[in-house]
Amino acid sequence: MTNSIPEIEDADCIFVIGSNTTEAHPLIAHRIFKALDKGAKLIVVDPRKTQLAELSHIHARLHFGTDVAFLNGLMYEILENKWHNEPFIAKRTEDFEPFKAAVQNYSPAKASAICGIPSDVMHEIAALYATSKTSTILYTLGITEHTHGVDNVKSLANLALLTGHIGRPSTGVNPLRGQNNVQGACDMGALPNVYPGYQVVSNPGVRSKFERAWGAELSPEVGITIPEMMDGLIEGSVKGMFIFGENSVESDPNTDHVIRALESAEFLVVQDIFLTETAKLAHVVLPGACWAEVEGTFTNTERKVQPVRKAVEPPGQARPNWQIFCDLGGRLGLDLAYCSAEELFDEMAELTPSFTGITYDRLESMELQWPCLSLDHPGTPFLHKDRFSRGKGLFHAIEYRPSEELPDEKYPFVLTTGRRYAHYHTRTMTGRCPSLEREFPGPMAQVHVKDAQKLGLKDGGLLKVTSRRGEVVVPVTLGDVVPEGAIFMDFHFHEANPNRLLGTFLDPVSKTADYKVCAVKLEKG
Amino acid sequence: MDYQTIRTTCPFCGCGCQMWLVRLDGELIQTIPDKCAPMNEGKLCIKGLNAHEFVQSPERLTQPLIRKKGRLEEASWEEALSLVASRLSAIRDQYGGDSMAFLSSARATNEENYLFQKLCRAAFRTNNVDHCARL
Ligand code: SF4
Repeated sequence: MTNSIPEIEDADCIFVIGSNTTEAHPLIAHRIFKALDKGAKLIVVDPRKTQLAELSHIHARLHFGTDVAFLNGLMYEILENKWHNEPFIAKRTEDFEPFKAAVQNYSPAKASAICGIPSDVMHEIAALYATSKTSTILYTLGITEHTHGVDNVKSLANLALLTGHIGRPSTGVNPLRGQNNVQGACDMGALPNVYPGYQVVSNPGVRSKFERAWGAELSPEVGITIPEMMDGLIEGSVKGMFIFGENSVESDPNTDHVIRALESAEFLVVQDIFLTETAKLAHVVLPGACWAEVEGTFTNTERKVQPVRKAVEPPGQARPNWQIFCDLGGRLGLDLAYCSAEELFDEMAELTPSFTGITYDRLESMELQWPCLSLDHPGTPFLHKDRFSRGKGLFHAIEYRPSEELPDEKYPFVLTTGRRYAHYHTRTMTGRCPSLEREFPGPMAQVHVKDAQKLGLKDGGLLKVTSRRGEVVVPVTLGDVVPEGAIFMDFHFHEANPNRLLGTFLDPVSKTADYKVCAVKLEKG
Repeated sequence: MDYQTIRTTCPFCGCGCQMWLVRLDGELIQTIPDKCAPMNEGKLCIKGLNAHEFVQSPERLTQPLIRKKGRLEEASWEEALSLVASRLSAIRDQYGGDSMAFLSSARATNEENYLFQKLCRAAFRTNNVDHCARL
């Protein structure tokens, strides 16, 4: 997030797009409720009538995957009505002209024909977002999990730059990260192109710094991403795999393909806390300690580094993950003799400028958000105050591209997927919290009442969902949460996992797969 | 009676709510929302309120497992780690480090992620390390 969660409370306008905040980020939704009490205006852009949409002042139910057309239409309106922030654009941004030219192709009439939002509603949203004193954008995977996810994100950045709603409290472009430490895993360099702190592996200066610190020669080549790893296993260019704390079989799209990939590995190691469907395919399974059994830190979606503390001993012979890695490193000829998690943190902070000022001691008494540049630096609640990390904010000219697999005669429905409030991902953890299981015991798809009537479906009845990759049978609830012509499925339950239906359609830049738009056929199950 | 409260961070979503784990005679019995944390101001959602339950699940893995004749069987740490080290170094030496792929974890701590990517990069000379940031 460019800004912090508590700031949401004081925004004048909150623009939520592609985020089912009340179920996926309940305590951020709580801030939105507080903002509403203080008089904020809420815009929700989502094909589904989510709980938050019910509370919004304007709910734009755009067609699935048409975000770029919608946002360009919005920006056309902003420019047309001179609601853009000229001084900000002149002083803090570049490449405005090519961007402006691209947006000129998206008159409200044209944008509306693509995204389905009437042009007067677009006008209203444009006015509200652009002319409010502080406007904040909140988004989640409804924006990124598309074959044009990067274009969506860039379009949101354009919107903030155009109006100058960035670099001040209660503004910004704020991705709400889904998993407790997905921010931290990125920050720590668990990515194929960067070391900790987003220092790029192909930069010789950076590389030699890490080579000196780690006492090893490092590769200058950018590595491969998860979908490329899976393809590599099948093609034979990848021979071995080590999966630490992920349940790829159930979380990745196109389940059959993933299983085939993992079964092709000459050697597969899985380190986890439960025997997941992924671990069942391994040659060796290593039992790790879980979060309540170790010391360490997580970094939340607002870049705040927070302590994790040991409360109990790991069960049986399970060991803290870092100790397993130290042991393994020794056997592979690498000296990893660490005595504590703190020692690891200190080594990382020394090599990572944005973490230089963060220590375990400081975290005991204060809240710190990176970048934190020295031991007396207070951390950074919001980014881009006087300058952007690259200097000037860059506009991007973005054209709308339709989703890869749209409904057709054979597969006439759009399948979209997401999370439910009581569960988390593949339920490896929440499925073993008896209270949460009782609260939400099984999968439940959502279909529009009118479609259900045509299909002869009853509330709670079974539905067979078929795509080009596979089929799943799932109970349904009827209503108007999803629009006609669509179905929503959660991805928490093994027995009805929509990932079996999804293809592997990737964003060309981020390699993120499309979890939000897939063509399916529905029949009574 | 040994009663302790330990302040920590919720293990589920990216909100990062602060909570206290309550331990009674060695067993986690509940979580309590932290009232001073500016993020969650004394609240937790239904997931955070029940987060302690999975820790003591009888299904937790408690011993290394090795596949023998197609079945996963319990093994000692020594046996498991020496097998992993010998198979991985054989793959590295025969096909090069780029024939290995590593998936790190968005659930694990910063320190564990740091060490894992260091291990891949320094011991295998590959940048084939990723995690599920894309989902
Ligand atoms: S308590 Fe709920 S909202 Fe807070 S971090 Fe945990 S899962 Fe997220």
